[in-house]
Amino acid sequence: MVDLKHGAAIVGIHEHVTRYAPDKSELQIQGESVIKALADAGLSKQDVGGLFTASSSIRNSGMNLADYLNMYPRYVDNTTVGGGSFEFHLSHALTAIAAGRIDVAVITYSSLARSGGVSVGTGGVGRYGHPRLDPSPDSFEELYGLTTVGLYAMIAQRHMHLYGTTSEQLAEVAVAMRKHASMNPEALFRDPVTVEDIVNSRMISSPLHLPDCCVITDGGGAVVVASPEVARNCRHTPVWVLGVGEAIAHQGAGKRDLMYIAAKQSHEPAFAMAGVTQKDIDMAMIYDSFTITVVETLEDLGFCEKGEGGQFVSGGRLQVDSEMSDKLPINTDGGGLSSNHPGMRGIFLLLEATRQLRHQFEGTPRQVPNCQVALCHGTGGSLGARHSGGTAILGRD
Amino acid sequence: MTTRQEWNKPLPTVVGETRPYWESCRRGELLIQRCDKCNEYQFYPRGICANCWSDDSIRWVQASGKGMVWTYTVTYQNRTPGFAEDVPYVLAVVELEEGVKMFTNIVDCNPREVTIGMPVEVTFVRANDQITVPYFKPVSQ
Repeated sequence: MVDLKHGAAIVGIHEHVTRYAPDKSELQIQGESVIKALADAGLSKQDVGGLFTASSSIRNSGMNLADYLNMYPRYVDNTTVGGGSFEFHLSHALTAIAAGRIDVAVITYSSLARSGGVSVGTGGVGRYGHPRLDPSPDSFEELYGLTTVGLYAMIAQRHMHLYGTTSEQLAEVAVAMRKHASMNPEALFRDPVTVEDIVNSRMISSPLHLPDCCVITDGGGAVVVASPEVARNCRHTPVWVLGVGEAIAHQGAGKRDLMYIAAKQSHEPAFAMAGVTQKDIDMAMIYDSFTITVVETLEDLGFCEKGEGGQFVSGGRLQVDSEMSDKLPINTDGGGLSSNHPGMRGIFLLLEATRQLRHQFEGTPRQVPNCQVALCHGTGGSLGARHSGGTAILGRD
Repeated sequence: MTTRQEWNKPLPTVVGETRPYWESCRRGELLIQRCDKCNEYQFYPRGICANCWSDDSIRWVQASGKGMVWTYTVTYQNRTPGFAEDVPYVLAVVELEEGVKMFTNIVDCNPREVTIGMPVEVTFVRANDQITVPYFKPVSQ
């Protein structure tokens, strides 16, 4: 196989920091983000060959976005596999650039989930807005009142049953995210919370309490990916794509052990391509739709053994200012649990990892000291049913 | 079999490959599929064997209707009509004796008494003339 390591770099980023934008269209948020991300890179509209986007609300999202931006991309990808779609896009952009099809790709996303009043986590049928159920698998699921929270909650319930994981351990994840959100002026929720606050709060779907669930916001952003030749002439230190892996996990015709998630499949090719191990990761962006998502993901990425995730996330190990020698700072922007979650969050993993690798927060508590290698893992869909996992390992020279 | 008045939950879309399943539910029987070539059971029903990809060896067999709770959650919030009035209700994955797992609700019990590993058996609720829905309840002592 062609060696893809260092085959492309993230050279421009922009986060549309709105958490509530009832007067904007989703395409406007994407347009504004693309323009600013290209300016961040020092590139222009004419440089862009590839357009990558995903949407739960815009039909034919690639076509409509090209139309709105009045651009004529020669490489288009609107792979939509839930919240982790953007790690898949980075993987695909790397491949397209390394193959010489394009030199510059733009990945972008936006959503008005909050101003649209979308019950992302607790809607029953119509979770995906379809009036008529698909014959399969919807017709064997939706009549039982499945919710997105419920599907994750069932995994949390069995994790507790098999491994003795506790609500307090899950709450540790939410506490760490809130700590990081307090360092991010754009985060939705910034007031500190404690483990006690969380385990005594309202139950949404047992054993998950309200603060075990991500927030619902508007928002969006864009990422510019370029070939090594282009990257070396951009405004910032290139953030190299070192390794990528993608996977889908599902019920396996009723036979699969649902406790192992897609991260189990996607991380090995990513680490192999990058030539690094878990010990080399200075910080990680782990999709935190729910606290259990982080515990399961850290286990299946190989940061700890299966079943030890509850213990791993305890003692403040995930916090950027932890005193632990083997700490693993994750989601230094406050994550989906406290900062933002506009329907899909995968693009924000790439944005924050890039900021950390650029040492953008140098001299502030948010910066992971001497950050050289970062891992992003996006999870889309629902654990317990169908979901995707996209791993991307990024690094700087 | 019980009949629920004014069914306002979603109803399945029935097509050729799934029709025998829904017709058996209407008779109060739970049918699942087994492949004659690889002998694997599968759920949900399909027009092909998802294991060996044979397209002419799927056979419908009657399931025992017994299984155990593989995992569950007590749902306290769902604003969708049909479920909003049911909270708290138990959403579960049940593993049938034949070894396949399916989504369901655990009914006819206190939601707080459901546990992982609890033995359960199928029970049917008639939604309308075409559709009857299989649920699971604790095995009677």
